[in-house]
Amino acid sequence: MDILVCIKQVPETSKVEVDPVTGVLKRDGVDSKMNPYDLYALETALRIREKVGGTVKVISMGPPQASEVIKEAYMMGADEGVLLSDRKFAGADVLATSYTISQGVRQMGNIDLILCGKQTTDGDTAQVGPEMAEYLGMPHIANVIKIEAIKASSMVVEMDMPNTIELAEIKFPCLLTVEKDIYQPRLPSYKKKLETKDREVKVLSFKDFEDQNEKRYGLNGSPTQVERIFPPAVNTDKEIWNGSGAELAERLTAKLKELKFA
Amino acid sequence: MGRLVVNQDKVNAANIDELVKICPFGAIENNGGKIEVNAACKMCKLCVKKGPTGVMEFVEEEVEEIDKSAWNGVAVYVDHVDGDIHPVTFELIGKARELADKVKHPVYAVFVGHNIADKAKEMLHYGVDEVFVYDHEELKDFRIEPYTAALEAFINKVKPSTLLVGATTIGRSLAPRIAARFKTGLTADCTVLDMKDNTDLVQIRPAFGGNIMAQIINPNNRPQLATVRYKVMNAPARMAVAAGKITVCEMAADKLISAINVLKVTEKEVEASISDAEVIVAVGRGIKSEKDLAMVKELADLIGAQLAVTRPLIEAGWADAKRQIGLSGRTVKPKLIITCGISGAVQFTAGMNNSDCIVAINQDSRASIFNVAHYGIVGDLYEVLPRLISNIKEGKAIA
Ligand SMILES: Cc1cc2nc3c(=O)[nH]c(=O)nc-3n(C[C@H](O)[C@H](O)[C@H](O)COP(=O)(O)OP(=O)(O)OC[C@H]3O[C@@H](n4cnc5c(N)ncnc54)[C@H](O)[C@@H]3O)c2cc1C
Ligand SMILES: Nc1ncnc2c1ncn2[C@@H]1O[C@H](COP(=O)(O)O)[C@@H](O)[C@H]1O
Repeated sequence: MDILVCIKQVPETSKVEVDPVTGVLKRDGVDSKMNPYDLYALETALRIREKVGGTVKVISMGPPQASEVIKEAYMMGADEGVLLSDRKFAGADVLATSYTISQGVRQMGNIDLILCGKQTTDGDTAQVGPEMAEYLGMPHIANVIKIEAIKASSMVVEMDMPNTIELAEIKFPCLLTVEKDIYQPRLPSYKKKLETKDREVKVLSFKDFEDQNEKRYGLNGSPTQVERIFPPAVNTDKEIWNGSGAELAERLTAKLKELKFA
Repeated sequence: MGRLVVNQDKVNAANIDELVKICPFGAIENNGGKIEVNAACKMCKLCVKKGPTGVMEFVEEEVEEIDKSAWNGVAVYVDHVDGDIHPVTFELIGKARELADKVKHPVYAVFVGHNIADKAKEMLHYGVDEVFVYDHEELKDFRIEPYTAALEAFINKVKPSTLLVGATTIGRSLAPRIAARFKTGLTADCTVLDMKDNTDLVQIRPAFGGNIMAQIINPNNRPQLATVRYKVMNAPARMAVAAGKITVCEMAADKLISAINVLKVTEKEVEASISDAEVIVAVGRGIKSEKDLAMVKELADLIGAQLAVTRPLIEAGWADAKRQIGLSGRTVKPKLIITCGISGAVQFTAGMNNSDCIVAINQDSRASIFNVAHYGIVGDLYEVLPRLISNIKEGKAIA
């Protein structure tokens, strides 16, 4: 079975803050890592390969340095990786991102199953997977918590709903987004690191795609526009209490009584 | 639409580092004295606004404008499992009415399922002008292809300007699919929605993985799609009399085919969820060890509260993921929430800042949690909580 996992490089720290006075973004450190939720998708792919054989490929869209996450995927056991990178992809919102990745997927040969993480820690929309499935014309199931069975032309999975768990069979080719905890992700192996040291990361750019309409990529292919960014609102109707631990506890006790919570 | 242009002649040794630093996404690179913008660019245009004057320029490109007047109405997707309507639906109808009134549009609900005719009537008690019902046996369970097809049929028939979808398991799966089908924008997990006179939906959400809010619009595509989480908006009161009408729509058989077959649906054990709690005690990284959670739990039990936590505690394995408040956890709206040792990152506060009364205990007077708190207690939780607990136990109250 040929499996493709979508992985993204995200900033290590979530500490992007706006200076409330100047409105300028403050950034400390740009260390990056693989989106933690994508580790579960990759682990799921590796487990399926162990069971039924096949290949595990990974794909990522991002700046040139995002090839690091593909290397990381090699260290966990992925066979092949592609990075989609081009200035023309800059400024992409969900629609343009999923379209770009779907164009990349079309260059990757036969794929039976695409796995995505539940969401990213920077974009945090959980939308890229389902939008890609639409562009690739395949069915998808989101929030998969368990792989029950892999059959010749379909698989059986459990999907997590708020009050129920649904067991569903889905035909290949299809796309799944997997929940955290579906499997415990393995650590990158040193042995694999040595083995895959020279394995190439194939880079595809706009010129390699079928659709050569620039208007569908990057900012031009993004219907949403960020009009402004600003720090969150401050609640002005408030009291600040200072004092010793004992004083504060007394005041809080009294307040809770007053509000009838204690 | 448009693109960034670098005026390399204005780049010099004095301003190049400043420019590189201004980009929060590391998208601006210094390539031997020349500026290069890489694929990490999010087009936030900060480099244009805050960077050295004239270096970065944003050039608008001519685009054909769509006819917005051809799109009319604010629609709400009725989120349900087997006819059991999710309460986020009513919250969205309340919001839809508010938005629609600003531009004199009607409010629609679109209800997709099987044997739902009776349930559809219920929508008419919440201020919906028209409910469009797609009722087929194949639509009994949520399966992505026929559900998307139903929404596609609805959009083509009605041409709503805006479609609001609850950010539930189903909504988060369905809305992106529709957005891609109509090649339109979708903004996830909006916390504030407003309507411009020109029917552009103003969507505000925490963004860029940091303490920032982004205002997003979808200026040249329709329908405009947004998801909103449960408990972010307010549900209107149910009206005794029903108003509005129900329209049953047909779908072609070939639109109902799916490659998915739901084999079994198992009810989960119902447990008290923090989403429905009236009182919550939330704890964050200010707590030093897992065993200290017992102290917080004791306070929670004493005041009849549910215990909730921030994401780092989930990552440390100290609590069940169901107890996480925030953007990637649950949204809560209790009468009282006491946060202990929580810094107040926007991803956390986005999940709780609609609470009626917020009490925050943090020893750092500059912690951003104090921006949202009604009562900000600057102190050490290890000093305040034990005394608070014993005070409550003794039934003591000093005014
Ligand atoms: C895309 C994305 C989604 C996210 N989603 C969520 C989410 O859903 N929920 C969530 O919670 N986080 C989420 N986060 C993480 C979030 O940004 C913060 O990192 C997190 O909320 C911080 O948790 P905290 O306040 O417990 O820890 P910290 O930020 O470390 O704060 C600890 C606080 O405790 C105080 N403190 C320490 N000791 C004491 C003491 N003895 N007495 C009193 N105060 C003390 C400190 O002053 C400090 O303010 C998300 C991040 C990203 C990037
Ligand atoms: N730039 C990207 N490259 C590869 N995969 C991505 C990218 N962005 C998102 N994904 C995939 O889509 C999932 C959901 O992302 P998001 O919609 O950003 O929350 C992620 O867990 C990834 O599997």
